[in-house]
Amino acid sequence: MKKAKGFWLFLIVSIIVYGTVQFLISAGILNSFYSNTLIFIGINIILAVSLHLVIGITGQFSIGHAGFLAVGAYISAIFTMKLHLPFPVAILVGGIVAALAGLIVGIPSLRLKGDYLAIATLGFAEIIRIVFLNIDYVGGAAGMQVSHLTTWTYTFVCLFITILVIMNFTNSRHGRACISVRENEIAADAMGINTTFYKVIAFALGSFFAGIAGGLYSHNFYIILPTNFGFLKSFDILIFVVLGGLGSLSGAVISAILLTLVSTFLQDYPETRMILYSLVLIIVMLYRPQGLMGTREITDFFGKWKSAKGGN
Amino acid sequence: MGKTPLLQVQAAGIQFGGLKAVSGFSMEIHQGELVGLIGPNGAGKTTSFNLLTGVYVPTEGEILLEGKRLNGLPPYKVTRLGISRTFQNIRLFNELSVLDNVKVAYHSLAKHSIISSILRLPSHFSGEKEMEEKSLEFLKIFQLDKFKDEKAKNLPYGQQRRLEIARALAAGPKLLLLDEPAAGMNPQETHDLMELIAFIRKQFNLTILLIEHDMNLVMGICERIYVLDHGQLIAKGTPEEIRNHPKVIEAYLGEEVTIDHA
Repeated sequence: MKKAKGFWLFLIVSIIVYGTVQFLISAGILNSFYSNTLIFIGINIILAVSLHLVIGITGQFSIGHAGFLAVGAYISAIFTMKLHLPFPVAILVGGIVAALAGLIVGIPSLRLKGDYLAIATLGFAEIIRIVFLNIDYVGGAAGMQVSHLTTWTYTFVCLFITILVIMNFTNSRHGRACISVRENEIAADAMGINTTFYKVIAFALGSFFAGIAGGLYSHNFYIILPTNFGFLKSFDILIFVVLGGLGSLSGAVISAILLTLVSTFLQDYPETRMILYSLVLIIVMLYRPQGLMGTREITDFFGKWKSAKGGN
Repeated sequence: MGKTPLLQVQAAGIQFGGLKAVSGFSMEIHQGELVGLIGPNGAGKTTSFNLLTGVYVPTEGEILLEGKRLNGLPPYKVTRLGISRTFQNIRLFNELSVLDNVKVAYHSLAKHSIISSILRLPSHFSGEKEMEEKSLEFLKIFQLDKFKDEKAKNLPYGQQRRLEIARALAAGPKLLLLDEPAAGMNPQETHDLMELIAFIRKQFNLTILLIEHDMNLVMGICERIYVLDHGQLIAKGTPEEIRNHPKVIEAYLGEEVTIDHA
C-alpha cells in the first residue's frame, strides 16, 4: 500500500536522524550548546505542528497556544519535583491536563469565529498564565526550580509520536472533516459533519501536544517562570505556522527549524537581534506571502507518497 | 394519497426581528416526487430551504420528515436524517480534491473511529477503502472521475455545479434540495442538467425539491410547483395550473391592466 510505504520511509528517516545525532552527542562531537539547540528545535517543532492542526488544518485562528504550553510545563514539573514521579509519566500527565484545559477553553470559545476567537484564546492563555503567577505552590512570580531531565532521546520520541499522530489524523476521514470546516463551515455542516465536535477535537489534540512540549520545555531549563508563557510566546508559535504555510505540516516543521536556528545564532548580537529577526520575517512575507511551502508538503516534490496533506 | 408524505411542512415561518421572511409556509412532498419551488427575487425561497435544513430554526410551525420533527435540529443532524442540499452560490471545499469533496459527504456513513485512524488499525484501512470506492462511483455517475485529483476550485463552473450535486448525493439523502442548480449555465448545460436530474432521480429513487429561475427547466421536469411571493405561499399545482394562475402572473409581471386584446 502507498500509505504503508510512506510510513516506513518516515520511520527510516527518523531513525537515521535520531541515530546520527545521538552518536554525535555521545561521542562528544556536539557540545552541550548544540545539543541544547537541537532539543529546543525539537520542542519548537512539536509546538508548531500542534498549532498547525488547529490553524492550518481546522482553520481556527487560535493565538493562545502558550497557555497550553504553560499547563504542560507546570503540571509536569509538579509531578517530577513535588510528587517525585518518573519523567515520562510527568510528560504524559502534562499533555493530558493540557488537553483537558483545551477542552474547557475550546468548548465555549470555538463558537466564535475569526478575530473574536483569536481574542478569546489570547485571553484564556493570559488567564492560565496569571493563575500560575498567583499560585505559591508553584513558586508564583519567583518561578519554580526544575531539574534538567530533557534529553535528545525524550525530545525525539515525543517529536516522532506527535508528527505521526497528527499525520495519521489528517490523512483520515476525521482530518478531511477538519479541513472541510476550514474550507467552508456551512457546507461542512450541510454534509453531515458535526463541525463543533471536530473543532473541539482538533483544539484538544493540539493542546495535548502543546502540553507534551511543555513538559520537555520546563525540564530543559533549571527554572520556569510565568513570564516565559506570555502572549509573545504564543506569537512565536503562530509565526512558525504562518511562515511555513497555512495547511502545510512540513512547512511548519521547516520554519520551526529555520526560525529557531536564526534566533539562536542571533543571540551573539543581542542589540540587533529582534531587529534582524523581524527583518527575516518581513522579507519572507513579502516574497512568499503564502508561506514557505504554501499548502504543499515536502513529499509533493518527490511525487512518491502523499503525506499529511493540508491542502489537497 | 393515503401514505404519510416524506416531507411535511405545516405553517412554518421565520421572523428576523420585525421582518417576517417566510410565514405560513405549508407543503407536502411524497416519496419519488420532483417538486419545484419558484418565486420572484426575495420571495423567501432560499430562506425556506434554510428552514428545512436546520440552518434557521423556524419561529412558527412544524417541519416533519417521515413523521419525525426536525425543528431545532442542527444542520448536520438533519442531513443524517436524510435531507441534503446544494447551494445557490456554490460552496465547495475549494482546496480539497474533487474526490475528497465527495468523501467528506460520505463521512457520516463511515464508521472508523479517531483512535483507529491514529493507530492505523485495520478498521481504518477498510473504512477508508470503502469511502474511496463509493466516492469514485459517484464521480463516475457524474462523469467527474477524470478530474478526481484536481482541486475543486480549478473545475469549470458547470462541473462545479455537478460536483456539488454529486457531493449532496454522497451524503445519502432521501430528499435532495437543489438551490438554483442551473444558475449561470448556458442552454446546453441546462439541458444536460435536466437529463442528469431525471437520471439520478430514477437511479437513486430520490425525491427532489428544487428552486429555479429557469422556467423551461421547472416547467419541463417538475410534477408539482409551489410559488412563493413576499414570504407567502401564493399558489401550488401542476405546471399547467401554475402557468395560468392569476396570482402567479401578477407576482411575476405585475397587476393585470384592463386593456385586453384591443
